[in-house]
Amino acid sequence: MSETVLEVENLTVDIPIASGMLHPVRGISFSVQKGETLCIVGESGCGKSLTSLAMMGLLPKTAQRRTDKLLFRGEEIGDLPERQMSKLRGGAMSMIFQEPMTSLNPAYTIGDQLMEAFRRHVTRDRAVARDRAVYLLEKVGISSAASRLSQYPHQLSGGLRQRVMIAMALMCEPELIIADEPTTALDVTIQAQILHLLAELQDEFDMGLILITHDLGVVARIADKVQVMYAGRTVEEGPVNAIFEEPAHPYTQGLLRCIPVPGKTKRGERLGSVPGIVPNLVGDLEGCMFRNRCPHATAECDTAGEQLAKLSSGDHAHACIRSLADRAAIDASSTKAAE
Amino acid sequence: MLAYALKRSFAALLILIVVSALTFSLSHLSADPALTIGGAQASDEDIEAIRKLYGFDRPVYVQYFEWAGRALAGDFGKSYHYGERVSFMISQRIGTTMTLGVLALLFALIISIPLGVVAAIRPNSLVDRIALLIAVFGQALPTFWFALMMIIVMGVWWRWLPISGNDTWAHFVMPTIALGYYATPALMRLTRAGMIEVLGSDYIRTARAKGLSPSVVLFKHALRNAIIPVVALAAVWFGFMLGGSIVIETIFNLKGIGWLSYDALLRSDLPVVQAIVLIFASFYVILTLLSDLLNAWLDPRISVR
Repeated sequence: MSETVLEVENLTVDIPIASGMLHPVRGISFSVQKGETLCIVGESGCGKSLTSLAMMGLLPKTAQRRTDKLLFRGEEIGDLPERQMSKLRGGAMSMIFQEPMTSLNPAYTIGDQLMEAFRRHVTRDRAVARDRAVYLLEKVGISSAASRLSQYPHQLSGGLRQRVMIAMALMCEPELIIADEPTTALDVTIQAQILHLLAELQDEFDMGLILITHDLGVVARIADKVQVMYAGRTVEEGPVNAIFEEPAHPYTQGLLRCIPVPGKTKRGERLGSVPGIVPNLVGDLEGCMFRNRCPHATAECDTAGEQLAKLSSGDHAHACIRSLADRAAIDASSTKAAE
Repeated sequence: MLAYALKRSFAALLILIVVSALTFSLSHLSADPALTIGGAQASDEDIEAIRKLYGFDRPVYVQYFEWAGRALAGDFGKSYHYGERVSFMISQRIGTTMTLGVLALLFALIISIPLGVVAAIRPNSLVDRIALLIAVFGQALPTFWFALMMIIVMGVWWRWLPISGNDTWAHFVMPTIALGYYATPALMRLTRAGMIEVLGSDYIRTARAKGLSPSVVLFKHALRNAIIPVVALAAVWFGFMLGGSIVIETIFNLKGIGWLSYDALLRSDLPVVQAIVLIFASFYVILTLLSDLLNAWLDPRISVR
């Protein structure tokens, strides 16, 4: 029986700025089970990083977070005071960041930084912390782990540093890991290694994993569930197969057309793109946020909401007001009218 | 780290040699020392005799090596004016200048680092604005004016503190504030800027994501990185406080090196001037070396560059 590690309902993040209220995250919901990988996908500025920071309680001071539910291991943590929240952070829930080159403190050794959270959350005992650090460095595939402890971040390559970051996140046996674009800053061969490692460790330690990424290739390889975000909302969610095989929302379809597929994409053919840019999310927002970039948009989309509607196959849902068949019919008639 | 320390020490030594040569030649080239000693009424024979007596007739480099060799042994010759040994005159006064310099530096650091940190935690808050105000005042007020104001208010009106001499610790209070306050703005603003930059960095986010307490994040992770440029600047300021306390020492009649150098310059007392310049140049070089080593310890990346 799987066990829900994290359940988020209707998460919003608002940031007051000079020209009004910015709404970078506008009511998104999801849950992660033990041993499950949820990928949150979207382009830059869709609110995915803020979502991950919001879960950890690490938002910038000016940002305001609201949730209907923020359950960690079945307990509400949305209103926990900072002191208690900091006990969870780095302990039962931990995070891996995008930039391994700058996410480690240059002034302290790898060992010090690895043991730090463990000594705060688990035991002050240096020897125990040291053993755990060596064990995890070996787990993440770093050779001569014991001698690495006295090295400084600048003595390690980017790939090694990200492995250290992963080891660091695992120090206190977390039940949930949030990885915010953990492979974006690495080159492709290292990316594959790191992803493989993450998946393996997640399996071994039976953790929930939330992977934030813009890279659909990563999603295809590692995800159980996918959540596609656009302009601070979920536009489509479902099991990974359903998303890749029957994408329902025009945005998801657009994203998938951007990926070259060996054998299918013809030589010399232009790759797809989603034209246009993410809308400005300041002030009162109405209608579908994707309508300006959507090839199927009609007048209705200016006012219609962005509610998720379930598709026939259970968990798969999308936020377009029209079904696939409807869109095809509309497209056909508009082509006719043009002729 | 050891290789770095050796490399830096060797460079420091070279600088010292160059500085000593410059010190020596500059003061010899600026005026004919024999004329200075003899005075306006001296006859040509007298001047010639003085030249012989002091060895000014020999080539400059011979004089330099002789002077440098003695200086290494702590012998800077005798004062032309007072006839006392220069090393004795300096040893009598250096304690006062050192005390003043150390106190002033401590005063500056104790004020500027906490203020800079608090200002950085809450930029544009009331504390930040007050700190900025203090900084602007410190930068804008001429030291001598500030010192005189203190003398009038605290010494003359309120009679809290002695205004002249260096007999007790109380005599050092006003000079310390006057000299230290001058260094406060730069150190504080640098601390603030460094902290703001570091607090926004990725590794601070990592530290917070580990659930570390705010004070550990602030002092262990942030301050150590932010303080690195402050160390270098403080070293320079300390050198300045030692050598540049002439005004303060004169105003408060503290008989330190600053006061001595002022006196020696007025009298063209070459051996004293040379010794003082050399000693302060050495201080600068040693302080810079120490701050480099301290920084290399604070930031392990430095010793690799």
